[in-house]
Amino acid sequence: MITDAMLPVIFVALLGLAVLIYAILDGYDLGVGMLLPLEEGSTSERDQLIASIGPFWDANETWLVLAVGILLIAFPVAHSEILYELYLPVSLMILGLILRGVAFDFRTKASVDLQPLWDKCFKYGSLLTALTQGYMLGQYIVGFNHSLEATLFCVLSAFGVSAAYCYIGAGWLVMKMHGELQIKAVAWAKQAGRIAFIGVCLVSITNPLINPGVFDRWFDYPLVMFVLLIPLLCFSAFITNEILLRKMPLNNDSYCAVPFLICVSIFLLCFTGLAFSYFPYIVPDKVTIWQAASAPESLRFILVGALIVVPTILAYTVYSYRVFHGKASDLKYY
Amino acid sequence: MLDVFVLSRIQFALNISFHILFPTITIALCWMLFYFKLRYNISLNPVWMRAYRFWVKIFALSFALGVVSGITMSFQFGTNWPGFMEKVGNIAGPLLGYEVLTAFFLEATFLGIMLFGFTRVPNTVHTLATFLVAVGTTLSAFWILALNSWMQTPVGFEMRDGVAHATDWWAIIFNPSFPYRFTHMLLASGLTAAFFVAGISAYRILKGDHKHAPRLALKTAIVIAALLAPLQIFIGDLHGLNSLEHQPEKVAAIEGVWETEKSVPLLLFAIPDEENRENTFEVGIPGLASFILTHDFNGEIRGLNEFEGQHPPVAPVFWSFRIMIACGLLMLGVAWFSAFLLLRKKQLPKIMLKVLVGTTFIGWVATLAGWYVSEIGRQPWLVNGVLQTADAVTTIAPTNVGISLLGYAAIYTVLLAAYLHTLRVMALRAVKVEEYENSPARGHENFISNANEEVQA
Repeated sequence: MITDAMLPVIFVALLGLAVLIYAILDGYDLGVGMLLPLEEGSTSERDQLIASIGPFWDANETWLVLAVGILLIAFPVAHSEILYELYLPVSLMILGLILRGVAFDFRTKASVDLQPLWDKCFKYGSLLTALTQGYMLGQYIVGFNHSLEATLFCVLSAFGVSAAYCYIGAGWLVMKMHGELQIKAVAWAKQAGRIAFIGVCLVSITNPLINPGVFDRWFDYPLVMFVLLIPLLCFSAFITNEILLRKMPLNNDSYCAVPFLICVSIFLLCFTGLAFSYFPYIVPDKVTIWQAASAPESLRFILVGALIVVPTILAYTVYSYRVFHGKASDLKYY
Repeated sequence: MLDVFVLSRIQFALNISFHILFPTITIALCWMLFYFKLRYNISLNPVWMRAYRFWVKIFALSFALGVVSGITMSFQFGTNWPGFMEKVGNIAGPLLGYEVLTAFFLEATFLGIMLFGFTRVPNTVHTLATFLVAVGTTLSAFWILALNSWMQTPVGFEMRDGVAHATDWWAIIFNPSFPYRFTHMLLASGLTAAFFVAGISAYRILKGDHKHAPRLALKTAIVIAALLAPLQIFIGDLHGLNSLEHQPEKVAAIEGVWETEKSVPLLLFAIPDEENRENTFEVGIPGLASFILTHDFNGEIRGLNEFEGQHPPVAPVFWSFRIMIACGLLMLGVAWFSAFLLLRKKQLPKIMLKVLVGTTFIGWVATLAGWYVSEIGRQPWLVNGVLQTADAVTTIAPTNVGISLLGYAAIYTVLLAAYLHTLRVMALRAVKVEEYENSPARGHENFISNANEEVQA
C-alpha cells in the first residue's frame, strides 16, 4: 500500500521523468533550431532540417507543460517559490517558445517573401529558449542568488545548456540526414560536443564548491566510490562520441544513431547527478518535497490517472517515432 | 501607477483572450476534418481529401498558436496568481493535470501523424489519428471547463486550515454549472469553426476558385451553422437560468437590475452608472427579462442592491452580454438565410458570399464576449465565495509584470496580424492550385501517388 509519505517521492520521480524526457526531446529539436543555417540559398537545407523534427516538436514541448503541471499540482509551494524567483527568465523563455513554435507553421504557409523572416524567428526563438533554460538551471543551482559571481555562473550555464542542446540536435541530424547535410551535422556535433563538455565540467565543479550541502553529499565516504561513477561515465561518453564522430559517416551509414544515443546517455547522467545533488530538496536548501507537497487525497486522485495514462503516452510516443523512423528528407504535408 | 494586481489581471485577460481564439476554432474544426476524412473513406472521392488537405494546414497553424499561448497559461498560475494554487490547488491541480495527461499528449502526438503520416501509415490509422486529435481537443475543453465551472459554482470540497480539500471528485467535475458551460462552449466552437470555414471558402469562391472542394466545405459549414445556431440559443438560455440559480448577482449585472423588482424589462440599451447605482438612457421591452428568466412576465428578479460590495462591475458584463446575443442572432440569421438560398438555388449569390466573408470571425467576437460575461461576472471572486481575486495575486515587483505584459502584448499583436495575413495567403494560394476535377474516384494508393505528383509539381 502507498503511504502518504511515499506520495511526494512518487511525484518527484514523475517530475524528474518529465524534466528528463523534456530536456532530451525538446533538447534535440531546440538544437536543430539553433543549428539552422540562415545563408541565402540554403532554403532546401532548412526545409530538410525542420522536416526532421516536424512530426515531433509539438509533443516534445508538451513534456514541459507536464513538468510545470506536476510541479504546480504536486508541489504548489515550490512552484510558486521557483517561478517567483525566475519571473523574467520564464517570461523570456515563453516568448522564445512562442516565436519558434509558430514560426514552424508560419514558415511553410506565409507568403514567400516572409519565409526567411520566420526562419530567423525559428532559429533565434530556439536560441532564446535554450539560453533562458540554461540561465534558469544556473539560478536553481546557485539558490536564486543575484550577485555578480552567481550571474556570471548563470550566463555560463546558459551557454552550456545551449551547447548541449546543439550537441544532441546535431546527433539527431547525424541520424536523420544523409549526404552533405549529414557531413555538416557531424561537424556541428563535434564542435557543440566540445563546448558542452567544457560546460558540463564547469557546472559540475562549481556546484559542490558553492553549495556545501552538495559537496558533503558527493564526497561522503564510502558513497563517493559509487557516485563518482557518474562523472566518469559521462566523461567516457563524451570521449567515445568524439572518437566515433571523427570517423563518421561510416560505410552503409552504420552506427548513424549512436552519436544521438550517446548524447541521450550524457543527458541522463547529468540529470542523475543533479537529482542526486538535491534530493529530497525541491527548492535547494529551502523546501523539501514533503513540505511542498499537495494534500494526499489530491495526489492519489491524480496518481490513479497518471499510472494509466503515462504508460499510454509513452507507448504512442514510441509508435509515432517508429512511424517516422529513418531519414527525414522525404517528409511533406498532407 | 498601475499596481501588480491590475497589471496581472490585464496580463491574464490578454493571455487567455488570445489563447481562446485558437481552441475555439480547432476543437470543432478537427471534428469537421474527421467528417471530411470519413466521407473520403466512404466515397473515395478525392475532393473530400482536397478539402481535408486545405483545412488541415489551417488547423495546424491555428493549433500551433493555441499550443504556444497555452504554454503561457500554464506558467501564469504560478507566476502571477500564487494564492490560487495555495488555496484551491488541491482541486485545480488534478483537473489541470488530467488535461495535460489525457488531452495534450494525445493531440500533439497524433497531430504529427495527421499532418505528415498520410503516406506512412495505413489509411485507417490516419483516420484514427484524426479522430484521436479531435477527441483530444474535446477532452481538453472538458477538463478546463470542469475547472472553470467549479470556480463559478464550487462544490464537493471542505475547507481545512484555510485550504480547500476535495471530498467528492465526481461532484467537483460535474459541478452544477459544468454541463451547461461545457455544452455552451462546444457549440460556440462549432459555430465559430463553421463561420470560419464558410467565410474562407466564400473568399476563395469570390476570388475565382472554380473547384469543387471550397463549395463542398462551404455547404458543410452552412449546414452545421444552421443546425447549431438555434441549439446554442436554447442551451444559452438554460445556462442563464442555471446562473440565476447559482450566481444571481451575475444575472443582475447582465440585466442591469439595480433594485430587486417585479416585471423587469429586457434592456436593449442602457448606460449603467456604477456610482449612482442606476441606469441612464434605458430602452427596454417591458416585462421580457422577467419572462425569460422566470417564465412569468411579473416574475421577481433579485437586484444588485442585495449584493452590494459583492457583485461584479456592471457595465462590462451588461455590454459583453448584449454583444454576445447580437452575434448569436446575427449568426442565426446568416446561417438560416444561406441554408435557405442553398436549398432553393444550389449556390449562393455574390452578395451572400460577401456577407459570409464579413462574418468569418464573428464566432470570435461572440466567444470573447461570452467569456467576459462569465469571468468578469464572477468578480470580485476568483473562486465564487471561496477566494477573492485580489487575495490571490503575486507580490512580484509591478515593473517586472509591466515588462512581461508589454512583451506579450507586442508578440500577440504581431502573431494575430501574421495569422490573419497567412490565412489570406493560404486561401489565395489554394485558388491558384489546379486539381484534377474530373479524375475518377480512386483508392488510397492511387491517391497517394497522385498527391505526390501534385506536391512535386
